[in-house]
Amino acid sequence: MNISRREFLQMLAVASAAGIQLPGQAATRKSVSEEKLYDLPAFGNVSLLHFTDCHAQLMPVWFREPNINIGIAGMKANAPHLVGNHFLTRYGINPNSPQAHAFTYLNFVEASKKFGKIGGFSHLATLIKHIQAQRPDSVLLDGGDTWQGSATSLWTDGQDMVDATKLLGVDAMTGHWEFTFGAKRVKEIIEKDLDGHMDFLAQNVIDNQWEEDVFKPYVIKEINGIPTAIVGQAFPYTPIANPRYMVPDWSFGIREDKMQQTVDAARKAGAQVVVLLSHNGMDVDLKMASRVVGIDAIMGGHTHDAVPEPVKVKNNGGITLVINSGSNSKFLSVLDFDVRKGKVRDFRYSLLPIFSNLLEPDVAMSKHIENVRKPYIEDLEEELGIADELLYRRGNFNGSFDQLILDALMEAQDADIAFSPGFRWGTSVLPGEPITFEHVMSQTAITYPTTTLSRATGETIKLILEDVADNLFNTDPYYQQGGDMVRVGGLKYSIDPTKKIGYRITDMELNGKPLDPNKKYRVAGWASVKSNKEGIPIWDVTADYIRNQDTVKVGKLNTPKIKGIKDNPGLAGL
Amino acid sequence: MKRRTFLKGTVASGMLGVAASAGLLAPRMVLAAWPESAFDAKSVDGALDALLGSVNHAESNDIKIKAPDIAENGAVVPITVSTSLAAESISVLIAKNPSPLACSFALSGSTQGFVSTRVKMGKTSELIAVVKSGGKLHSAKKTVKVTIGGCGG
Repeated sequence: MNISRREFLQMLAVASAAGIQLPGQAATRKSVSEEKLYDLPAFGNVSLLHFTDCHAQLMPVWFREPNINIGIAGMKANAPHLVGNHFLTRYGINPNSPQAHAFTYLNFVEASKKFGKIGGFSHLATLIKHIQAQRPDSVLLDGGDTWQGSATSLWTDGQDMVDATKLLGVDAMTGHWEFTFGAKRVKEIIEKDLDGHMDFLAQNVIDNQWEEDVFKPYVIKEINGIPTAIVGQAFPYTPIANPRYMVPDWSFGIREDKMQQTVDAARKAGAQVVVLLSHNGMDVDLKMASRVVGIDAIMGGHTHDAVPEPVKVKNNGGITLVINSGSNSKFLSVLDFDVRKGKVRDFRYSLLPIFSNLLEPDVAMSKHIENVRKPYIEDLEEELGIADELLYRRGNFNGSFDQLILDALMEAQDADIAFSPGFRWGTSVLPGEPITFEHVMSQTAITYPTTTLSRATGETIKLILEDVADNLFNTDPYYQQGGDMVRVGGLKYSIDPTKKIGYRITDMELNGKPLDPNKKYRVAGWASVKSNKEGIPIWDVTADYIRNQDTVKVGKLNTPKIKGIKDNPGLAGL
Repeated sequence: MKRRTFLKGTVASGMLGVAASAGLLAPRMVLAAWPESAFDAKSVDGALDALLGSVNHAESNDIKIKAPDIAENGAVVPITVSTSLAAESISVLIAKNPSPLACSFALSGSTQGFVSTRVKMGKTSELIAVVKSGGKLHSAKKTVKVTIGGCGG
């Protein structure tokens, strides 16, 4: 059951009475309550607010953070590759506190009932206004993956989210899933909706023919009279991880050299502070911060890592703070810089969880959301079945919602094996809750949803698994694409993340027999990036499968046996 | 017909910019002494030996390769090689291509060492740039990954 507001406040207070420092709170602050959690005294003179990867979640959600987020090589045991108790210990967060619930998977069901849903644009709007009241001249940044991820965003071509971010007062954004609406739609939104309201920034997107910038690479905002550059970095591997045909004339990439030139140009144009609004993913941000000089802070997203403290990365020009602000409208980052004589002298940072029970919904935003949902409400609220257990996705390998999708795919296609993409978005459903069509859409709402059946040899299947594993576990972050391991149904396998490509995947077995490299198997899937053929969308396959059952029991997850990983704080049991 | 383009440098404002959009075309028509054996060689050493008469090359920090870390399309990978060395030639090899030598540019002494082209890559491979300067071979390399794609995000 939900605890009362008063009890909630007491729990926040207990967190501090026990000598625990809450994320972002200066050590000198002694008493912590809700007011203190959200009442950040203004500091310095340049403030930036940041949220990212909300994946169009306008309503408050349950979102279980991962219990597997393995870091290898230099990434091992470092942020963001810490889960569960390892995470709490590293950041000094009290177990069973509201913060522990927001940042980790621990006791997820029980804690969800206790602390209520997190996020929601109405609650986010209230918090932003509250923080801005103490920082009248601050800038609000949106890290992208904003227009995609829900039924209503798909059905309105992203318009619901465009209007919502305008209402929030976003000053600048960058993108990734935005591009899956197609180049034409992206340009249309920028010209018709964003013009005069917010900048869409990306220094790393150029047109194929002339290699000219497609978007503004950076913008300079005067904050309390201090010129502050916001540089944009879209997801570098959009045309690889998502369909190329959506953006046929644009080339992406990390473009580190151009990043340096852009930062230098911004400094030359008078910027005293340079902030990179990034959709690189945190491991890529960390590497970039060590090599590009002149960036004061990277405010990043893509890999959905909620990290309570900035990582201070040294480079030849000084120190760059690397910040990642989580996902699904769960968090708001507040970064305050003290800038004097043209340089950043000091900073304060907080990553604030949006506890919807503690924040009154903003009236204007609530009205917008209600209007958005009204025409679709019957479809959204259709109850397909009851969840017999917690359904979630996030983690390096199959979550229970993925397993449900795989089971549905294999049944519908009469397949031996099924693949489902390792997306990091997709909300959770608590045991006993009805699974609605909206829940299914929160796992599947993409512009290329067609389910497929192909015949692939054992050799090809191994190649696919090796390829995806290398995108997740390459020791060089610049060769990673973000996302988690492809979810696999039917096929059993072992994985050693520490090995090189070609050697990670072993022990492949189907129905107790080793996979035959030369035999062809029936493989079901969805979200092909090659072309979007006509066919049944994944949400219909999944919804029908659930409708045919009263209660949905997933049972054992078909996760691989993990080898070669010992004492890794990115891996926890349940 | 499978051929590789080769455009011999016409110097424009001190910079030689070459873009061959069609992938792998042979320069037989352009170059009198077409080094057939070099382009047909099945190994990096074989190609270098046939083209430049030596397999020995020293890694140099004066050569820069600009290429994507992960190719958006293996069939057309945009690359740029630039060098501060006085280059007599700049050659590009894709180690894991069936025939590694992708292109070679003969430069005149007053030409800035800068070439830009597109190469075809069958799979993830090291891309090696070899610059001939002062009668010696200098090199730089970079891995370009070719991936199936999908599943990110």
